[in-house]
Amino acid sequence: MSFIKVNNVWQQYADQVVLERLNLSVAEGEFCTLVGASGCGKSTFLRLLLGQERASRGQILLDGEPLAGEPDASRGVVFQRYSVFPHLTVLNNVALGLELPRSPLLGRLFGSAKRQAREEAAHLLNKVGLGHALDKYPAQLSGGMQQRLAIAQALIMKPRVLLLDEPFGALDPGIRKDMHALLLELWRETRLTVFMVTHDLSEGFSLGTRLLVFDKVRLDPHAPGAYGARITYDIPLNSDRRTARAAVDALPAELAGALRIA
Amino acid sequence: MRLINRYPDRPSRLLLVILPFALVLFAYFMGSAERLTDNPNDKLLPSAVQMADAVKRLAFTADVRSGDYLLWQDTASSLRRLAIGLGISALAGLCLGIAAGTLPLFGAPLSPLLTVLSMVPPLAILPILFIVFGLGELSKVMLIVIGITPCLARDLEQRAREIPVELLIKAQTLGASTWTLMLRVVLPQLLPRLLISLRLMLGSAWLFLIAAEAIASTDGLGYRIFLVRRYLAMDVILPYVVWITLLAWLMDWGLKCLTRRAFPWYEGAKA
Repeated sequence: MSFIKVNNVWQQYADQVVLERLNLSVAEGEFCTLVGASGCGKSTFLRLLLGQERASRGQILLDGEPLAGEPDASRGVVFQRYSVFPHLTVLNNVALGLELPRSPLLGRLFGSAKRQAREEAAHLLNKVGLGHALDKYPAQLSGGMQQRLAIAQALIMKPRVLLLDEPFGALDPGIRKDMHALLLELWRETRLTVFMVTHDLSEGFSLGTRLLVFDKVRLDPHAPGAYGARITYDIPLNSDRRTARAAVDALPAELAGALRIA
Repeated sequence: MRLINRYPDRPSRLLLVILPFALVLFAYFMGSAERLTDNPNDKLLPSAVQMADAVKRLAFTADVRSGDYLLWQDTASSLRRLAIGLGISALAGLCLGIAAGTLPLFGAPLSPLLTVLSMVPPLAILPILFIVFGLGELSKVMLIVIGITPCLARDLEQRAREIPVELLIKAQTLGASTWTLMLRVVLPQLLPRLLISLRLMLGSAWLFLIAAEAIASTDGLGYRIFLVRRYLAMDVILPYVVWITLLAWLMDWGLKCLTRRAFPWYEGAKA
């Protein structure tokens, strides 16, 4: 049973076709890594999943329903840059996600509700290793810590889909390794379906349970924009993790929940 | 060593800061002394003693006719007009700027309008303000408001556009509505910029205030300067100008400190 279904999606801007005839079916809990040359539509596809753009043709179904045409709380996102709010402290950056949906008038909680939201945010921040920096502003954090914060901020919403647009592209290799470990750990604990755009092939292979390669199959040298990219390779990866996830999913819910927390 | 690579150290920096002020004062008092030795009744370049006398008369002696201390009364009236004008402008500029900069449907009609309005020379429509709003306080405040609101709004609109789209998307994925997004993401990021804009517009605000007071008023710093001009009373005009400059500088400094204190996350606050 597919969780996300992409039916014959095309995306074009004016006469520039970016994506053509995209068909894809993704089960819940898969970790898809998206690779391909620059400008081949990986990020465009991510923006379609996010709802930041609408497909010119075709449709994307989430759990059988057409995807909402604008970003909402069901899909979390981490960009390469500008993912966190510079005017809020680390703690408030995460607590914001709890405050906004619960207070439609002021976007802010008070009293015990506020305290509870901050506790919940602090708990999650401890888990991603930012427990010591709760009162700092993002500008005082290193690049890796900012991305940790961005991930925590997205996860506090308990989204069903996490979209990552080259989240570790600007980090140096050592930090990147730590981030991979963190991301896999969080993915194991939650039922998240992840889509991650990356330029780093080894990252794509080591993290994903499924690697999607975007490329143009047809190319007209006289009209470079005439044809768009498709998914040319769809490679299942890391079968151990894939089967572990499937086994956990097959268990009765209460048992599976206990396993995941463990 | 090239000039571009040479920096003043601490003591010489202080000296370089004081030097131009000292030179101006020195030149003035030299000229003043020279003219006064030629003609003790000269009014053009009054001496420090004459100016001190004028200040004592205006600031520390009750006016014979009204019983008021004129300098303080003028200052209070002017500052009140300025504060009301700046307050209204800041609020209006912020609302217009946020609406035009964040909401494309509002920006489409507002943005060109604000551009055109900010090109209208405010002093050219001062007569219209006097005709429409009368000669009372309202027309003076309105001149400040009309003069600086469009510029503030345009600047804030620009800053709102500069907020990375990623942040607006992120806020939506965190469950923000248009309203809460503006309230919790756009507004707080624009507030420090508003204070900086206000600092830049302070000069214009004072200009409009003095102009309005000069033409139709019964008190205020601008009114007094233009009143005593008839008697060539440079001994009053010069201290008043220094006083206005000092007030403006203090306001600028206060806004700068406020920006730094209230928005520690804003890197522009350090500048």
